[in-house]
Amino acid sequence: MIVLLGVLVVVLGFATRRNPLLVVGAAGIVTGLLGGLSPQRVLAAFGTGFASSRSVTIFVITLPVIGLLEHHGLQEQARRLITRFAGLTAGRFLALYLLLRQIAAAVGLNNVFGHAQTVRPLAAPMAEGAAERRHGPLGEKAREKVRSFAASADNVGLFFGEDVFLAVGSILLITGFVNTTYHTHLEPLQLALWAIPTALCALAVHGWRLLRLDRQLLGAAPGPGRTAELGETVK
Amino acid sequence: MIKAEWFYWLVGGIFLVMAAQMLTDRTNPKRVGTAAFWGLLGLGFIYGTWVAGKSAPAEPLGAAVLAMVCLAGFGFTGRGKGSAATPEQREARAERWGNRLFVPALTIPVVALVCAVGVKKLSLDGEPVLQKGSETILGLGIGAVVALVTGMVMLREKRLSTPVHAGRSMLESMGWAMLLPQLLATLGSIFSVAGVGDQVRRITTAVLPGGSLFLAVVVYCAGMFLFTIVMGNGFAAFPVMTAAVGWPVLVVQEGGNAPAVLAVGMLAGFCGTLVTPMAANYNVVPAALLELKDQYGPIKAQLPTAVALLGCNIVIMYFFAV
Repeated sequence: MIVLLGVLVVVLGFATRRNPLLVVGAAGIVTGLLGGLSPQRVLAAFGTGFASSRSVTIFVITLPVIGLLEHHGLQEQARRLITRFAGLTAGRFLALYLLLRQIAAAVGLNNVFGHAQTVRPLAAPMAEGAAERRHGPLGEKAREKVRSFAASADNVGLFFGEDVFLAVGSILLITGFVNTTYHTHLEPLQLALWAIPTALCALAVHGWRLLRLDRQLLGAAPGPGRTAELGETVK
Repeated sequence: MIKAEWFYWLVGGIFLVMAAQMLTDRTNPKRVGTAAFWGLLGLGFIYGTWVAGKSAPAEPLGAAVLAMVCLAGFGFTGRGKGSAATPEQREARAERWGNRLFVPALTIPVVALVCAVGVKKLSLDGEPVLQKGSETILGLGIGAVVALVTGMVMLREKRLSTPVHAGRSMLESMGWAMLLPQLLATLGSIFSVAGVGDQVRRITTAVLPGGSLFLAVVVYCAGMFLFTIVMGNGFAAFPVMTAAVGWPVLVVQEGGNAPAVLAVGMLAGFCGTLVTPMAANYNVVPAALLELKDQYGPIKAQLPTAVALLGCNIVIMYFFAV
């Protein structure tokens, strides 16, 4: 029972808005020690956990080239390009992005899109460009909203697309856990097929919300002109 | 064979070079702490190769991770002003380069695609060219390197320090959020060793009213959702909730269709990932990357979708899986 204090540490830290790194670090130490691990094994757990999860951070590899291209005006060009397509509103563009992201993830191409490699340099500025062409210069609230929805299109597309693919981590986690714990045999294909209904719901729900974004922007008051550009240091 | 570890070393190297730049950046009031954080992260990436291969002790790396937690957690890291180009300069450059700027940018996804689909099948002397199981990560890494070379040649940029410097300010703005996902993975493994899952199972079985199939479905899905919010990812929640409700109640007792129950249960967890700041790589890092004033912006945009999809999952599971 006492090991649940670790969960409590996370919840309390969350509630009191402590720095998440400290909260998670403390929860790990508390749980490990209460669960009977020696301090040395707790330390080793942090080391092996870090080493085996390095793939989460691999996107850093794209930052230098993205930074270089932005230095030479990539975002500005993305904005200019999108304004040439008359019918493409911010909402329609992001709904299209959601669809492409979901299809790519469903065929196993998780890393083809992403926040660092496609959302920041391309999708967000394009959505902003499309919104500005239609509604004029965006106010700060509207701009934040467009950018937030660009990030959401990437996340929803990834989460509810990837499970349709067989060899993705979460599917392998399910089969690995169930097959070893319950001595049964589940095929990844059966699981992937059952991910399709939710995937379609996600496309419908979030796609509809993205399309509605245009109407919400229409209601928002136009801004005083271009405020902070993406890529500038905002203090 | 091209190995994933090479790219971890490259990422580690990028961190180290950036740390050196940070140390000499006088516009950053906390430059020493910042450089120490990213320097340790870089060393950890490289040393991690031998920890993952079990040929080096993991304790020093664990100590380094805790040191990074303290550096970032107690506010010893900061960010410099950077010397970004002004919007006018960038507009002028965009005018000059035009759509050619998209060539290196699109090189990353195109190369990643080619690696994941085509190069994956190639082998040299009976050995696959790309390390098995890491093809998409390798694709991203190779794509980034090819794009960097293309970009530097095209833009006639001679110094490698320019792209590194340009990427650094993005990294500084992400700060501690960079380390959180890896730390959460650790927490998940400590939880399972310490037996947190068994305890949660005991509690859930005690409070779960017997007999109501619909309630059991709701408890499984909502449990996945809530536990994912606390833990930051569905992977940590899945073994706990499945051992508690999913398998014993929904599959064994009610004779549910196992693949359907488990797949939809995992997706209910993903709804939780959409709304938790603990899933820093999906929700907090993008807010920093997009320079949002409201770091919960993406979560707010996702919340209605997440709630609606949780409902969809409960309905799908209740009507079709059990």
